[in-house]
Formats: sequence, C-alpha cells, structure tokens
Amino acid sequence: MSKKDLSVEYSTILIFALAILTMPIWLSPIGAGYPDLLQKFVIYGIFAVGFNILFGLTGYLSFGHAAFLGIGSYATVWSFKLLGMNVIPAVIFSIILAGSFAALIGYITLRRSGIYFSILTLAFAQMCYNLAYSVLTPITNGETGLRVLKTDPRIFDHLFGRGQVDGPLLTDLFGIHMTGYPGFYFCAILLIITYYIAMRIKRSPFGMMLKAIKSNQTRMNYTGFNTRPYLQTAFIISGMYAGLAGSLLAITDPLAGAERMQWTASGEVVLMTILGGVGTSLGPVLGAGLIKYFENIFSSYNDNTLHAALSFMPDWLNDVLTIIISPFVGSGWHLTLGALFMIIIIFLPGGIMEGMGRIIQIFKPNKPGGSTKTASQG
Amino acid sequence: MAILQVTDVNKNFGGLRALHEVNLDVEEGAVHAIIGPNGAGKSTLLNCFVGLLTPDTGSVMFNNTSLLGIKPHEINQAGVVRVFQTPQIFEDLTLLENVMIPAFAKSDGAFRINAWQRMRQRTEIRDEAEHILEDVGLIDQRDVICSSLSRGDKRRLELGMCLIQHPKLLLLDEPTAGMSRADTNSTIDLLKKIGERGITKIVIEHDMHVVFSLATRISVLAQGTIIAEGKPDDIKGNPKVQEAYLGGAEI
Amino acid sequence: MDAILLQVLNGLDKGGAYALIALGLTLIFGTLGIVNFAHGALFMIGAFCAVSFNKLLTFSIKVKDESITFFDAYKEVPYLEVWWGDTGKAIIDYSVPLSILIAIPVMLLVGIIMERGLIRHFYKRTHADQILVTFGLAIVLQEIIKHFFGANPIPQSAPEIVAGSAAIGTWLGLSDNLVYPWWRLIYLGFSLSVIAAVFAFLQLTTFGMVVRAGMHDRETVGLLGINIERRFTIVFGLAAVVSGLAGVMYTPILPPDYHIGMEFLVLSFVVVVVGGMGSLGGAVSAGFLLGILQSFASMNEIKSLIPGIDQIIIYLVAVVILLVRPRGLMGRKGVME
Ligand SMILES: Nc1ncnc2c1ncn2[C@@H]1O[C@H](COP(=O)(O)OP(=O)(O)OP(=O)(O)O)[C@@H](O)[C@H]1O
Ligand SMILES: [Mg+2]
Repeated sequence: MSKKDLSVEYSTILIFALAILTMPIWLSPIGAGYPDLLQKFVIYGIFAVGFNILFGLTGYLSFGHAAFLGIGSYATVWSFKLLGMNVIPAVIFSIILAGSFAALIGYITLRRSGIYFSILTLAFAQMCYNLAYSVLTPITNGETGLRVLKTDPRIFDHLFGRGQVDGPLLTDLFGIHMTGYPGFYFCAILLIITYYIAMRIKRSPFGMMLKAIKSNQTRMNYTGFNTRPYLQTAFIISGMYAGLAGSLLAITDPLAGAERMQWTASGEVVLMTILGGVGTSLGPVLGAGLIKYFENIFSSYNDNTLHAALSFMPDWLNDVLTIIISPFVGSGWHLTLGALFMIIIIFLPGGIMEGMGRIIQIFKPNKPGGSTKTASQG
Repeated sequence: MAILQVTDVNKNFGGLRALHEVNLDVEEGAVHAIIGPNGAGKSTLLNCFVGLLTPDTGSVMFNNTSLLGIKPHEINQAGVVRVFQTPQIFEDLTLLENVMIPAFAKSDGAFRINAWQRMRQRTEIRDEAEHILEDVGLIDQRDVICSSLSRGDKRRLELGMCLIQHPKLLLLDEPTAGMSRADTNSTIDLLKKIGERGITKIVIEHDMHVVFSLATRISVLAQGTIIAEGKPDDIKGNPKVQEAYLGGAEI
Repeated sequence: MDAILLQVLNGLDKGGAYALIALGLTLIFGTLGIVNFAHGALFMIGAFCAVSFNKLLTFSIKVKDESITFFDAYKEVPYLEVWWGDTGKAIIDYSVPLSILIAIPVMLLVGIIMERGLIRHFYKRTHADQILVTFGLAIVLQEIIKHFFGANPIPQSAPEIVAGSAAIGTWLGLSDNLVYPWWRLIYLGFSLSVIAAVFAFLQLTTFGMVVRAGMHDRETVGLLGINIERRFTIVFGLAAVVSGLAGVMYTPILPPDYHIGMEFLVLSFVVVVVGGMGSLGGAVSAGFLLGILQSFASMNEIKSLIPGIDQIIIYLVAVVILLVRPRGLMGRKGVME
C-alpha cells in the first residue's frame, strides 16, 4: 500500500515534469508555443498552486494575494538595482519579503474567518496598492513602474566586471539570459519543484489538518488543535508562492508596476484556481494556463481581425457574428473573464477537474454500489 | 478524590436562568449521569466544561486546575474530551481520516508543522485508527466520505474520534439519541468496554435504560438546578425526581 | 475651527454615498444572507442612468449658427431646445436631478432581474460562492458599461442655479471664507432623506416589520409561513434603487467611469464591517464617520505628519475595528463574529 503510494507520487511528478518541459512542443499547434506566453503559463501556475494551498485546503478565500505578487516583483527589481542582474538573490529576496508580509498580514487577518477574512485581505491589498501609487513612489516609482537603470549600483555586477553593458540590461543566471526559452525553462523548473512541494504538503499530516480545518474548524479546536498557527503557516506558504511568481514576472520582464497588486488581479488567481478545480493538485495549473491562453487569444483580436477570421462564412452571418463576439474580444477580454467566472461558479463549482471526473463517470461501465461516495486519491 | 469539581456555577442567557448554583463532584473512574427534562440546562453545563461557554460565576476545576478562561484546544489537550449532541465530525473526509486526526492531536500536540512528512510514515497512527474503527464497528466503511453516513453511524464515529485520544474525562451528550434499539445496545456495550479502561465519563441521556445500565452515580438537573444526586437506586425512588419529570413514566 | 468644520463638511457628502451603498449592502446581507460584491456595480449603473438620460436629452441637430455671418457655420443644438426653447434648456440643465425619475424604475428592474435571475440560486451556497459569482457579475456589468460608454470619465454638471458655493461661514457667523459647494450640500440632504425614507419604510410598514424581523431571526420568519421569497426580491430591488440613486446624484461631484463602482464597493464593504454586519444604523453612522475621517486625513497638516494616511485611513480603521471589536460599532452580539 505505502510502497504503491510512493511510486504513484513519483510517477505523477515525473509525468507532470515531462508535460511542462515539453510544452513548447505540444502547445505550438494551438499557437501557444512561444516563450513569452509559455512563461506566463508557468508563472501564473505557480501563483495558483500557492493560492490553492490556502484556499483549496483551508477554505479561507483571500482577496488580497495580488499584493504578494506585487511585493515579489518590486523586491526582485530592487535586487537587480542594488545587487546585480543575477536572478538567484532576486528570487530569494522576493520570497523572503513576500513571506514576511504574509506573516504580518496573516497574523492580523486570520483572526477572523469567512467573509470577514476576505474583506480584511482585500483591505490590506488595497492599502498596499494605494500606498504603492502614492507615498511609496520613491520605492515603487508610482505609475511609471519600477525598472532597472544602467546607473543603478548593481554591486555584484560591478564587482565581477560586468557593470558596463552595451545593449539592454538583461537578467541572467550565471551568464544565461533569462529571456526567451531559457527564461521559460527556469520558470518551468521552479513550477515543477513548487508543484512537488505543494503535493507533498497536501499529502502530509499537515495538509490533512488544513483540510480538516476547512471541513469543521470547531471540531478541530475541540479535538485539541490550535488552528491559528496551521492557518498562519498555510497563509505564509501561499504568500511565498505568490512572491516567487511575482519575482519571476519581473525576471522575465524587469518592470514592476502597482497594477499588478490591484484586487482584480487577486480575483484572477481565484478564478484560475476555481476554473481548474479548487483543492485539486493539477486544477490550478490547468486553470492558470487556460486563462492566460484565452487572454492572449481574445485580446489579440479586434473587429477587423475578427471579421477576417470569420470570412469563410456568408457575409451577413459574418457581420452578425462580428457584432455579437466583438464585445468579448480585444479590450473586452475582461467581459469574457467575468462571464466565465459566473458560468463556472454557477454550473461547475468543482471546476474542470470535477467536469472531467463527471465525464469519466459517464463512460465508466456502471459499477455496483455507486451510491456510496469513496474518497479519491486526488 | 474528585477529578472534576464544579462549584456554584451560574449561567444566564439574557433573562433566562440556564444554570443556577450548580455544584457537582465527579469521582475518578465514575460514570456520572446527568438527567433531566428538555431544556433543563444539561448541554449548557457541559458547554461550560469545554470552553464553549463561560459561566457567569463559579468555578470548574479539573485535576485541581481551572478549566475556565483557557482555549478549547487546551482543555482537550488536558484530557477533557466531548461528544456533541449533534455529531461534529469532518464531513468531507473519510472515516479513517476522521479518526486519524484526533490521534495526531494526541501524539503531535496542538500544533506541529509536519508538512514534509508523508502520511505513510505514521503507520502507528493508522493502525490505531483502524483499531478504533473496528471497536465502533465502522471498519468496513473506512474509506467512505462521512457525509453519507447515517446519524447513528456519525455518533459512533464521533465516539471513536474521542476514544482514540484516551481522554481522562469523556463528556457524552446523548450518545444514543437517534439510534435504533440494537445500535443503542451495542453502544452501551462499547461504553462499558471503555469503562474497563478506567475513563471517567459524564453522560447526558434521556434513555433511562442506558442511564441505569451504565451510571454509577446520577445527578438530576431541572430548570438549571441540581434537585437530586445519588446512586442509581436512590434516584429511582426519589419523589422529587418523578415530580420533575411530570408523570415520570420513564422511571 | 473653520478648517475643522470644512473638513467635516467635505467628508459628509462622500460619507453620504458610503452610507447609502452600505445601507443596501447590509440590508441584503441581513435579510437575504447574501454577500453582494456586485453592489458597487449598482451604484455605477445609477450613475450611468444619469449619463444616458443626459445624452438622451441633449440629442442634437445641426443648425446654422446665426451669430457667425462671414461664412456658413453650423452648431449642434439639442432637439429639446429647438422644440421648446428655454423650457427645453431648463430641462437639460436639470438633467441630473431629473434622471432620478428614470433611475428609480430602471434600478428597481435591474435589482429584481438580478435577484430573480442569479442571487436567488445562491441563498444556499457558501459565502465564498456568493462573493465569487457576484464578483463575476460586477466585472460583467462594468465591462458592458465600458463597451457602450468608453473608458473615460464623463463629467455631468449640476443645475446652473446651484453651481456655486453656499456661504456657510456667513450663515453661521464664522469666517466669510468658509464656503461649500451647493451641490454637495444638496447631496448631503438628499442622502439623509433617502436614509430617512428607508428607515421610515422599515419602521412604519408591516412589510418593513417583517424585513426587520427577518434580519433578526431569519429562520423563524421563514417558519411563520410568510412568503419570504417575494419579500427578498423587493428588498433587493429597494437596495438597488438606494445605491442607484446614490450614483445618480454623485455624478456632478465625481465624473463617473466604468470602474467607479468597484472603488465604492470596496470602501462600502469596509463601512459595513466597521458599522457591524447586518446593522442598518451601524452602516449609516459608519459611512458618515469614515467619510469625515477620510477628509480629515487628506488635510495637508495631517498628511505631512503621517504621509499616505489619506490613502489608507479607512482600511486601517477597518482593520483595527475588526480586531478589537469584531462585530463592528453597532453590530449585535453573536452575529457573524
Ligand atoms: N446560546 C444560547 N442562548 C440563549 N439561550 C440558550 C442558549 N443555549 C441554551 N439556551 C437555553 O438554555 C436552556 C437550557 O438549554 P440546554 O440546551 O442546556 O438544555 P438541555 O438540558 O440540554 O436540553 P435537551 O435535553 O433538549 O438537550 C434552554 O431553555 C435553552 O433554550
Ligand atoms: Mg441538550
């Protein structure tokens, strides 16, 4: 039993790693096989996997996780500015900083649960966002966004004689520039590692406690558990994941702006998690990929391209369809997002993973005793 | 010596006097039954022991330390464990997990970050959990999600969850309510079996059959006051008790 | 002294808007048990009722400009002016207050459709689901508005007659420098009267009595065999009208754009939390209180003392309140603590 468990775990992560690393190949037929987009897939995958540790396991719905994403990005750009363009210190610095913020914010917000928790996290994220735009401008560079300049100290770069750069400043990992495919593979490896960590957490006694808190927090307390530190730990871990994601965003494109912290961004990660399947391991990664893919496709269309794309149809139908679809594409992508949000929550609260489960159920030969629910090893 | 000492406890809900000057001594190893009509304040009294409610005045001492003003999980860790009137279980988890979780509370304490530990490394806990599930007769359904259990099974499961913690004092609020006769009898047997392990128990029960087959001592609560206390035989003949039950057909 | 009074006044109109939105939010939460993240969108729809009404009134025709004689010049003149002359002009001038007449039925309809079509199916779902689905709805609504009205703020003007400022200082025998825009004063009066109307409705009618009883103990009222469902719809419609009207009247103060609702929503939720979930009086008083606090925090003296405080004061208050008094200023004990 336990041996089988272990081999299942290893083969799962192996398949996952293979699937992620070969994304450039199997995603190119659908037009998603280029590095910029692939980077987004995996980075937001990390964000969603981390968010799922909090929301999926404990049921605490945070509406402020974008704040940690933003903090991660700022921390990374600052690390570039001060220490140099190497990504290792940047990543470490971001995770630590986001983790500390999460510790502080979690300490306060986790005193409450339910919608109060959601509103408190929202309030904190809005505070961060407002401050980033106003008084913290010296640190965040306000609306323009923070970027690395050639005049910045970059201590280590100068120390190792790489202070003077001719072209644009590029982030690097010991000489390999973190743009294009190398950047993607760097993020992909981090996704695989963090995915494995999340899976292990979920299957550990600690993860079971988190699920138990979601199921019945009162019972947990009367069972002799101090639930607060459990929640606090989960909050910090998911904050660190968000910080890592924010850091990677800034590594692949060294610019950090406050809009990354806005609460609609927090809403987006909620949607990714739900779309894929709350509480499942794979769901959030799927959700993140799908949302970023469709965002890319939908926002690339405008009325003209749409008209052209539909040109195989009779003219009148083409015109009608263009009128119907056009509000949803281009800058109307958010409309699609909102509608998707509603549809998923109304019809498929368990997300894609649940949907797939249902489909599998349909095609399975009818098993006797299907009425009793049995736990899946998800 | 009394393991639980309740002195002069008062509790009011607004204008309602739920408990009035309640005194109770529970001897170690005893099965102490609390009986009384509906709304007498029995559940309220238990709630005061586990930190769900705080009495307005009075004291509750367990092994000479006060149970008042400390957190529910600390009370549990001290060894006072409670079965609720409406079963409180982890509805979304499997039976086995439901029983394993309290075992973790016992072995790992109120908080421990064992986030990197594999569940399979805790075979001792799994074995113990399976053992308890056998005791309460639910081992066949170990991998079933709890929400599909019948009410009686949920009760038994909750009892199992409490037993795995080896409590010093077990509080049972109507452990057999909603069970069939046969289930009730098997629960009585189970409770008797725990009795052999020497766990002190406080039982609230309406079913007099259960009360008299288990209890070593009985307190009668009516309208928030203890109106009688004594050995089961003394209580049986007590006219005050029969009066409190108005017609007292059950006794 | 003057400065303080001015800050209080400055806070009151914004506070009025917060209070009106929060009132609807808490009413919906208290009776229907729904956490409505789309409530800010209702405020926004109200504001755009005013915008569309104004657009409708100023529907124009090109006519020859007589004042220019050198060449043929044309200018746009609204049909209303062409038809009714000065009366038409006056109607256009009063478009914001007049659009209240349009906004009431529109908002009622929007509210009823929302409740019947969506909210109703979420009574039994978790708060998280409610938050998420209404959040989605809010995005959809604001994107629709953006599609039709564009992304830029659309200024609206108050009627000519109240365009200036009221000499409050002179009235009160204080400094003559203390003046306050008429429209803001009107907004304050307006929000107070809407609040008064809502309270009167809840206090004096049997319908209101049932609603209040429902806020106190939802299950019992349901058990009494009262047709709760229909009342829920009406309550939701009422809350939609209240925040819609708040939006209509706010347009001359802040030009509405498509995400004005979100900004007010977040703040109004904070207001509800500070006032106490499910407490009507709490929502109103916290609304004004936070409005005033915010206005004080944006005084230069205070900003130089604690930089950035104006940006976060409301959230800060909410955090403190939730930590030291989780049920809010006026919340009942045990309600959602
Ligand atoms: N939280 C509360 N708030 C107000 N009144 C309460 C509360 N809890 C209990 N009561 C009241 O206190 C009285 C005692 O209730 P309690 O639940 O202790 O009775 P009980 O003896 O356990 O009854 P039963 O046999 O029905 O379980 C009842 O009248 C009940 O309505
Ligand atoms: Mg009871």
